[in-house]
Amino acid sequence: MNSNMPQPQTLAQKLIARAARRSHVAVGEVVTCHVDLAMFHDSSGPRRLKPMLDELGAQIWDTDKVVLVLDHYVPARDADAQQIVQIARDTARQWKLPHVIDSEGICHVVLPERGHLKPGMFCVGGDSHSPTGGAFGCYMFGIGATEMLGVCVTGQIWVQVPRTLRMQWSGRLQAGVSAKDMVLHMVGRFGMNGGQYQAVEFAGSAVQALCMSERMTLSNMSAEMGAQAGLIAADATTLDHLRGIGVAPELLTGAEQWFTDEDADCEPWDFDACTLSPQVAAPHSPANTRDVGEFADVVPSIAYIGACTGAKLEDLRAAASVLKGRRVAAGVQLMVAPASAREQAQATQEGVMQILLDAGATVLPNSCGACAGYGATFPEGATVISSTARNFKGRMGPASVNVYLSSPFTVAASALRGRISDAREVLA
Amino acid sequence: MTARTLDDARVWRLGTDVDTDALAPGAYMKHGLEVIGRHCLEAVRGDFAPGVHKGDVIVAGANFGIGSSREQAAGVLRHLGVAAVIAPSFSGLFFRNAFNLGLLLLTCPEAETIEEGERVGLRLEGDLPMVQRANGRHLACAPIPGFLMDMVDAGGLLPLLKQRKPA
Repeated sequence: MNSNMPQPQTLAQKLIARAARRSHVAVGEVVTCHVDLAMFHDSSGPRRLKPMLDELGAQIWDTDKVVLVLDHYVPARDADAQQIVQIARDTARQWKLPHVIDSEGICHVVLPERGHLKPGMFCVGGDSHSPTGGAFGCYMFGIGATEMLGVCVTGQIWVQVPRTLRMQWSGRLQAGVSAKDMVLHMVGRFGMNGGQYQAVEFAGSAVQALCMSERMTLSNMSAEMGAQAGLIAADATTLDHLRGIGVAPELLTGAEQWFTDEDADCEPWDFDACTLSPQVAAPHSPANTRDVGEFADVVPSIAYIGACTGAKLEDLRAAASVLKGRRVAAGVQLMVAPASAREQAQATQEGVMQILLDAGATVLPNSCGACAGYGATFPEGATVISSTARNFKGRMGPASVNVYLSSPFTVAASALRGRISDAREVLA
Repeated sequence: MTARTLDDARVWRLGTDVDTDALAPGAYMKHGLEVIGRHCLEAVRGDFAPGVHKGDVIVAGANFGIGSSREQAAGVLRHLGVAAVIAPSFSGLFFRNAFNLGLLLLTCPEAETIEEGERVGLRLEGDLPMVQRANGRHLACAPIPGFLMDMVDAGGLLPLLKQRKPA
């Protein structure tokens, strides 16, 4: 190659090079990156960070680049949870944090909702589903509390430049099939650690056709593939969305440069959206995925629509499209925990919440709820069909709970029929 | 692990895909490591938490530490005295958390040949870390970058930041 020619790079390389203040980074090298935004929540944040910062006698490098979200232990269910929430609120005041989102939704949803994520950024989050930010063309990944301490003190973090697994989806999804089915299929195909902590990038016509809410579902469950990041190049859909929520146009200039060059070295994988059936992951692994038709004899006692993965506006709309004018089957309890207050308000305005209530849904607070397993969980022996991301043994309740993961379409269809069902049959 | 060698470590054998929620169950996450420690791995191996001793090692199958970013999953193993986890592969996020908390992880392709209850040694002086089995065999492990070994030596990122803090 002519040495004067710029070397082709993946989106991941470009984002990391920018953050490392370099023109180019090579796959495999370890570089130090400047962090544009650090997000943490009530569980991973102040209660862990404050004692360590105090011990070091250090301060947060730039409070304007920090967002605190209270979503895991709210609403507080007992004195211990109340104390954790109180520490978060008191610390936010003491540190004079300018960006605090308290009990208004789940971090991965409220962060972009408030316009904090823009294409080209390099971000970390104190939560494993932080790759969700990749849907906005950001390099974003999850870290633990001690590593977050390092970021808070220095504003920097190391990464090993990843390879890119490029998931190219051609064609169009059928009605009743969604991004959740795409990502469950990929988790099943590659396994829980198949991403090998590299970058996954979602591309192709079927991905470009998705709204931001659906793209976030793909990026979100990159975590279940064991990828560090789950990227989608910004396009007209991204920019229209960001302008629509009030992001100033000058903050979006240059967004078109964040894509994978045609000749960049990456590992391509091809999928056909047209032939994809709804997917269900059986207990106790998200990688335990098969077509919905193989689960027709499973009778759920609980149908759960919740979490950053599965209770965004588009997820609520999907469930409502199946349940409109109908009621859930006897013996099935439908629970809906909308991912954010704003999305719930929009769903209310559209009549989506009324449809779900009329179908028999119990509406729960805008928080992580049963998904995190930190507070309210499912009862002994429950069989659950859930739009969440993880069904590890013991995560969402006692070890006797069996959780099947699916799209909100499938959760709704299963609630309606009283057994795990294909939404395409209901919508037809 | 400042000595960089360890002898006669008792092995606790676990399977593949040991997740963070098994290591640090969500129901106890509002508590400290003392409480989480009593429930560590109770969903997969009930005799671990009551029986583990300082200096023991865990040998597991592939994908150890998948799941959540909760670093208590690594912290609890240090709290219980686990000297190292040896497995063919780790979750990337767990890998970072472990070193940030000073917990040594050894990526060992042949880890699963090691048996429950076996006494092994760890040799970390050279470029290639080794596990020495009871039968004398040496199993090679992936090299660990120097800056990560510095964290293990210091006991984690927090002590390291303290050391490096300008006086």
